[in-house]
Amino acid sequence: MIKSFKKNIKGILIEGLTLSSALLIIAIVVVMVTVIVIGGKDQISWEFLTSFPEDGMTKGGIFPAIYGTALLVIIMSVAAVPFGTITAIYLTEYAKENSVIAKTIRFAVRTLAVIPSIIYGLFGLGFFIKFVGTQMDNTFLGGQLKWGQPNILWASLTMALLTLPVVIVSVEEALKTVPKDLRAASLALGATKWQTIWKVVIPGSISGIMTGTILAVSRGAGEVAPILFTGVAYYVATLPSSLSDQFMVLGYHIYVMTTQSANVDKTMPIQFGTTLVLLALTFILNISAIVLRYRIRKKKTN
Amino acid sequence: MTKKNQKGKPSKSSDSGLIDITRKKFRWSDYLAEKVIKGTAFLSITIIVLIFFFVFRESLPIFYSAKSTEQTETAGNASSVQETYGEVTDKPAAPEVQETYGEVTDQSNTQEQYGEVKDTSAPADSVEKAYTVSAGSGFDDNRSALKSLLTKDWVPVSEKPRYGILSLIIGTFKITIISILFAAPLAILAALYTASFAGKRLKEIIKPTIELLAGFPSVVIGFFALMVLATFLQEIFHYETRLNSFVGGIAMGIAAIPIIFTITEDALTAVPKTFNEASLALGASKWQTAFLVILPAATPGIFAAVLLGIGRVFGETMIALMATGNAAMMDLNPFTSVRTLAATIGAEMAEVVFGDTHYNVLFLIGSLLFIFTFILNAIAEFYVKGKLMKRIQGK
Amino acid sequence: MTREKIHTENMFLYYGSKLALNDISIQIPEKKVTAFIGPSGCGKSTFLRSLNRMNDLIDGVKIEGNIFIDDINIYDNNIDVVTLRKKVGMVFQKSNPFAKSIYENVAYGPRINGVKEKKQLDEIVETALRNAAIWEEVKDRLGDSAMGLSGGQQQRLCIARTLAVNPEIVLMDEPASALDPLSTSKIEELIVQLKEKYTIVIVTHNMQQAARISDLTAFFYLGELIEFDKTKKIFTNPDKKQTEDYITGRFG
Repeated sequence: MIKSFKKNIKGILIEGLTLSSALLIIAIVVVMVTVIVIGGKDQISWEFLTSFPEDGMTKGGIFPAIYGTALLVIIMSVAAVPFGTITAIYLTEYAKENSVIAKTIRFAVRTLAVIPSIIYGLFGLGFFIKFVGTQMDNTFLGGQLKWGQPNILWASLTMALLTLPVVIVSVEEALKTVPKDLRAASLALGATKWQTIWKVVIPGSISGIMTGTILAVSRGAGEVAPILFTGVAYYVATLPSSLSDQFMVLGYHIYVMTTQSANVDKTMPIQFGTTLVLLALTFILNISAIVLRYRIRKKKTN
Repeated sequence: MTKKNQKGKPSKSSDSGLIDITRKKFRWSDYLAEKVIKGTAFLSITIIVLIFFFVFRESLPIFYSAKSTEQTETAGNASSVQETYGEVTDKPAAPEVQETYGEVTDQSNTQEQYGEVKDTSAPADSVEKAYTVSAGSGFDDNRSALKSLLTKDWVPVSEKPRYGILSLIIGTFKITIISILFAAPLAILAALYTASFAGKRLKEIIKPTIELLAGFPSVVIGFFALMVLATFLQEIFHYETRLNSFVGGIAMGIAAIPIIFTITEDALTAVPKTFNEASLALGASKWQTAFLVILPAATPGIFAAVLLGIGRVFGETMIALMATGNAAMMDLNPFTSVRTLAATIGAEMAEVVFGDTHYNVLFLIGSLLFIFTFILNAIAEFYVKGKLMKRIQGK
Repeated sequence: MTREKIHTENMFLYYGSKLALNDISIQIPEKKVTAFIGPSGCGKSTFLRSLNRMNDLIDGVKIEGNIFIDDINIYDNNIDVVTLRKKVGMVFQKSNPFAKSIYENVAYGPRINGVKEKKQLDEIVETALRNAAIWEEVKDRLGDSAMGLSGGQQQRLCIARTLAVNPEIVLMDEPASALDPLSTSKIEELIVQLKEKYTIVIVTHNMQQAARISDLTAFFYLGELIEFDKTKKIFTNPDKKQTEDYITGRFG
């Protein structure tokens, strides 16, 4: 009797312990969101979102940061989504399942996914800016310094590398939900392999491609380390109008404002407001991706 | 007989004739598609190799004295290595170097950058005192830089630059340990609950919440830590320095929870259902099964999860920059400021002179980070695969 | 006199090192229904798939011997497999319509053959759907998703899809095995009609079905062709004992 009582106590304790861990994590998330919402909600207004910062960031809005973030992720997606999708297509449609090539590529993708984001920044600096950029300057501009320095193009490409694994994994997952016998049916009708991929497999995986893109955009909008020295700036007077311009982004804005602004009291509301905007943005993107992925998985089990 | 079209257009079968299958057709679009797809897929491997190569490349110069002029340990050796270096783009003639050093003097203005956080820790700023304005005084000596690597003073901007990364390494380890001690038990227990006890309802709350947490930009977590967490924890623990490795560690732990949770949960649910059924059939209760059967069976996966969590924290930059105090201290007290390897790169790279020794050392740090996370990931993968295979197939 | 549309000579097939088809020599005439019967795993589906080279998609498959269609060796190096599959169509065991509209499913084949004009496509689609005896049921909802059709309708849609490419031979791999009896009989009726225009080869594990609809029957067992003759003879007076045992239900 006592033994089973003890066992029960143990059971309750363990279940309680694990439950509290889960609840604690949820609580942390809730607290974080609440704090940011409370601190920033008063800041949010149409003017805040559409005007430029003034007075050393103590007044005005964050429009250039929003614009810069948007531009960054657009260029990034243009680079990352096609490459990622094509790589995923290779892995599921062309490579033999357990071939050395497939395994190596998958290992490479997983490794890319865990490399710290700051390393991508270093690569962006060492490769894009100092290698490709200076070569471009030497070849096309006779040594004049234009591309061999930080700008939005290099920053976007650096970010594209960072988010490439995300795209590949999402698209691969979606490609696998297209049943094998659909491919067989297409081939049996006299279609070529590429026709089958283009007309049957890809249309059937659009949602996966979208999920991958959304997740990539979400990361690209929030990561700061890769662009610290590849193109971002704290204050640029004009919006970036060419690929060789520097730009502002929400994440970097938050970082600099909170660690280096001269007048903390005056800028604190703006800090919270900017953080809220960034958080809201990533939230919306992530939720859309989660919903999409849920639909994909449902389709698979059907 | 049917006419055949050129350029890979499939032939139309006419009504009367039979389809001609005897001539093999070359289809351009298929051929091109295959070549492009195959080529692009290799991109991911290429990228890794490139990252490896280029990050290392920028750190190489300190391994041989490319530009020593000062009295202390002059070059003379490793000149043979220089030839193999390839494009010697950053081997400037002396005058060029001087120009760039002119820029360096401006560093005095930007020194505030290094001070980073306002409300710091006065005692932690011992490093700042060591910062002297280097007005073009002397050239960097790469060999002395190399020698100073394993010392504890990280003083890259001074008359006699020292690149001791020991304090940075200690700082990084301190934070990593704190964050994993915080995050791993939480995440693993929560995953255990989700996998073994949680009803469907609760699962549908927990898992999306974790996914949302995974989507939090580290800047936001850093902001939260800097603004709220630091004060909160200071109220509880009453330490002196507001921003220190404890605060940073907790914050990084928060950032690491999702990855540890997700992989642990995958590992737990991957345990064959038959284990579960066998244990229950023997009369064990749910918790006994979970704790004594499932958890041990998933150990390789959990180990991998923790490894990946470590990797995540080790290279985390923004939270470190915002919440750790950024002073390169070398003690084991969790309540003092630290400076991590990643934060050092993040803070200083933008101000550094291209081709400078400081530049090279930062790249060296980057290379170390790269290798470390690479090895961590490789161990996680191969160890897990190896052990898991053994378990499932029977020892 | 009916010509041999398909004939094989000493054909062997290996999955890796395992022999799956052993010395198959058969002559399948044009515009008749030929049925392949035999217990599970006897190789009849494998042999069927060799006729349109769908086995090429499986790793490690090796073929020896010859398969001729219209006296052309389809395993010759010069053969364009893609075109071959337009000539020899296939209907699968489980219906597999694309996740597109009914119209688009049927139009898929002609489209990849280069037919672009809407009027032409409309004609082809209607003809194919009529030939597959499903036109009346779907003519008002061609734009609806094919996934909304019942199992039997989907299968007839797949048949229409195959017919739209205008093949000469239609291979059917147990086309009705996943269907209810009513749909099955509809499909069987359809097959009997189709043989006016097409050469049909059908694999079935349902002996009665073979007896009902086929003109010739081939009995496969353990990768070998045991007997091949007019259906009537196979089912009333087979030559080989194995055939008789199978027909009378002593095994399989």
